[in-house]
Amino acid sequence: MSTIEVSPALPRIDESGHSVVNDFSIQVATVNGSGSQTANSVLMRSIFQMGIPVSGKNMFPSNIQGLPTWFTIRASKHGYIGRKKEIDFLVAMNPETAREDVMNLESGAAVVYDEPLKLNALRSDLHFYPAPFDKLVAPVCPEPKLRKLVRNMIYDGIVAYLLGIEMPEIHKALTKQFGPKKAKAAEMNWGACQAGYEFAAQNLRKSDPCRVERMNRTAGKIIIDGNAACALGSMFAGVTVVTWYPITPSSSLVESLIGYLKRFRVDKTTGKATYAVVQAEDELSAVGMVLGAGWAGARSMTATAGPGISLMAEFVGLGYYAEIPGVIFDVQRVGPSTGLPTRTMQGDLLSTALLSHGDTKHPMFFPSSPEECFSLAIEAFDFAEQLQTPVFVMVDLDLGMNNWMADAFEYPTKPIKRGKVLTAEDLEKLGGFARYKDVDGDGIGYRTLPGTNHPAGAYFTRGSGHNAQAQYTEREDDYVQNVDRLARKFEGMRAAVPAPVVDYNDKAEIGFVALGTSHYAVDESRDQLRNELGIETSYLRLRAYPFNQELTDFIRRHERVYVVDQNRDGQLLALMRLEFPPEDLAKLRSVKYYGGLPLDARTVTDNVAKQEGR
Amino acid sequence: MSTTTTPPPPKKVNHIGLDVISYKGGKTTLCAGCGHNAISERIIEAFYEMGVQPWNVAKFSGIGCSSKSPAYFLSLSHGFNSVHGRMPSVATGAMLANRTIMGIGVTGDGDTASIGLGQFMHLLRRNLPMIYVIEDNGVYGLTKGQFSATADLGSKLKTGLINDLPPFDCCALALQWGATFVARSFSGDKRQLSAILKAAIAHNGLSLIDVISPCTTFNDHEGSTKSYSFMKDHDEPLHALDFVPYFDDISVEIPDGEVRDVEMHDGSHLRIKKLGHDYDPTSKFSALAALEDAGKKGEVITGVLYVDTSKPNFFEMLQMDDAPLATLPESKTRPPKAVLDQAMEELR
Repeated sequence: MSTIEVSPALPRIDESGHSVVNDFSIQVATVNGSGSQTANSVLMRSIFQMGIPVSGKNMFPSNIQGLPTWFTIRASKHGYIGRKKEIDFLVAMNPETAREDVMNLESGAAVVYDEPLKLNALRSDLHFYPAPFDKLVAPVCPEPKLRKLVRNMIYDGIVAYLLGIEMPEIHKALTKQFGPKKAKAAEMNWGACQAGYEFAAQNLRKSDPCRVERMNRTAGKIIIDGNAACALGSMFAGVTVVTWYPITPSSSLVESLIGYLKRFRVDKTTGKATYAVVQAEDELSAVGMVLGAGWAGARSMTATAGPGISLMAEFVGLGYYAEIPGVIFDVQRVGPSTGLPTRTMQGDLLSTALLSHGDTKHPMFFPSSPEECFSLAIEAFDFAEQLQTPVFVMVDLDLGMNNWMADAFEYPTKPIKRGKVLTAEDLEKLGGFARYKDVDGDGIGYRTLPGTNHPAGAYFTRGSGHNAQAQYTEREDDYVQNVDRLARKFEGMRAAVPAPVVDYNDKAEIGFVALGTSHYAVDESRDQLRNELGIETSYLRLRAYPFNQELTDFIRRHERVYVVDQNRDGQLLALMRLEFPPEDLAKLRSVKYYGGLPLDARTVTDNVAKQEGR
Repeated sequence: MSTTTTPPPPKKVNHIGLDVISYKGGKTTLCAGCGHNAISERIIEAFYEMGVQPWNVAKFSGIGCSSKSPAYFLSLSHGFNSVHGRMPSVATGAMLANRTIMGIGVTGDGDTASIGLGQFMHLLRRNLPMIYVIEDNGVYGLTKGQFSATADLGSKLKTGLINDLPPFDCCALALQWGATFVARSFSGDKRQLSAILKAAIAHNGLSLIDVISPCTTFNDHEGSTKSYSFMKDHDEPLHALDFVPYFDDISVEIPDGEVRDVEMHDGSHLRIKKLGHDYDPTSKFSALAALEDAGKKGEVITGVLYVDTSKPNFFEMLQMDDAPLATLPESKTRPPKAVLDQAMEELR
């Protein structure tokens, strides 16, 4: 690889002397399948390496090649890593969308574009930076076939120059992105980067105010997507059976997991795997295997999205009724039906909570960050085995597929909890057992695993009516006793699920209730409401369903509570409606967004301000 | 003074010291004369005679009359009556969790050939080492007598309704989809079914056994091709079967030309005696040809249609640990902190 030779950094202040440092968003508009993902990741990572809080949002089509894609990178000295609605800096590489992309910008924004598109003719209130991409790519990439892929790296160089991103950081990010095996490709891409930088240095005059300046807010942090974080959590939870059926946006969860398991869960001496991964024929089979494995004592899991959840409904009812542990990751996307497979939504809350026919209810965990994807995944496996029931970890596409800045994960300190399982020795002492007998008064019986070396170990599992001894029954009293016990078990979950994170503000009349990725918008919106309108707020972030007393207390301590939902029908609010009394419900108001993009603070602020009459 | 008492006759036990009672199940709730009950009896017999530890067995089923039957044998084994047509996935998960258990699934023609066809195919493809018994009566019994996908073209329901669609032949399909042991039998043929079940116990791979099992209530009348009287007239055994378990020291002498001998995974021998013509059960092609021929003649051939003892099973293909995954210690399933540190470093 060539040595790094870059022009000395120039002071970048626009003509008026006004500058916007570490507080803007860059949007890169490209065509998917053109290698832009690499260029965008490098750009994001190099800002991160300069110590500046950063986030990246990929808005991509359900397609492999040729359709428009937008990638937004937000740098925020305040640490806001939710999506920012307003674009400050556009890189317009897609001729199909360039015109609309430019027309949508707010006045004063900057545009880097491919010169032949002549975008500067569209508006006079923007900062335009034309660059001849084809001319620049030819000398650095002699192979014409590869030019399409390398071309995008040129804008990394241009943007680096215009924003003051240090080129050695670009180089470092690029090297990391390609890894040692693709050194040749990395070198060619670095050439393109340098060509872009040099072109900009010689030909472009900085006129917009955006720039970066080194900070120290990312030391020790990592960049990871939520799916990979769930995968790591699952591996450290000691998962042993993993089943799946590919579906966007959950596939990369299992693909990451397979990568980690192959590296870290194969016995070095025997070469044998301490796990099994099965790509099933469909989601029904995937969840059937999870239940079979959970029944036989494995730590089992699958990952899916809304359509898969719908298909799993029958089996999940069996898991609930026969009381079988299993962990199901739902990386939610926009429904109904096929919906918008590559856009984000919290659209499965209601259907998952009550999935399957008859009286069923299921615990759901709501991670809102990669750190929680990791820690709640571990908790979910313990919870499933202790409570003997399927547990859903509700991720969404924004959290699952986008890259997030996160703290390094903490190694679990508590041992794995396997729940109430009787061994042959236990059976010898007890002389026998009744599978569904509520011995401890918590609604949770003791189970045995097939293969337990004792003649008194067996019981018969069924989805049909059963009594405490797991025998078939259609008797009224048996049925009622059994489902009442299941209801008691569910009540017990309230205290056992991950508790909400609550921030009380004594001056606040109003409060927010939100979960998952809504957190980032709410967090920033609270500052906007305070700074712009003088409205103080409290905030309760749910980390699980069923709800617990803290939510009740929170509602009662406020005049009005805004429940944030990323779906049309206010599904979280609807779940709350199922159990709160009218005087509490009267306080609840709904803030909803369902356009498929990650929720942004401005949308929340505007909505709340309007409802508050401001 | 001493009294002499005659000791009770020694209890008859199998080679692991258990009596046949240890292999029985609950009282059947199926109709009198149902073929499924006879199959349960053969299962009890085969597991007893083979000396399989009952608490090392897991029983699986879907939904339907057939799928109730695991409650009627091996009460000392864990059982799982799952959902309609999806027993294969449950069995797959359970056996991945514990590869040391012996699995037996009991299903029906509706459960397998209609709603469960997809899972059935993939189970065969994976060669999960378990026994898969289809109790095949061509009719949905539990919903009171509708045709299933194995009902023959032109067969007649009690109501007079004629089946206007051709059947799936689960044995022919299984051959195509990669099954490593394929047999067909008749619930009324004690000797043959018993030998087939024992061979299936000895087989290292998926054993598919399609057993014609008449439904006395809904499909045992004139015009049915799954009735006792039809089978009496049309059952054409391919061969006579003898099973010599690995623990019997009877010397295995094979008369030339009369008997084919298949050595099973556990060292048992399946001895296949020629009846009329020679049949090669190691050839998929001859199996398919025999099924095709029989179909044309309106006959039902029974016996071991195909056996392949060389294919790796699912666990071998996945290169899984020899110990049950379910009970691996935390030291094997949770990597040490250094691994997390390494993963974090790679993401910085």
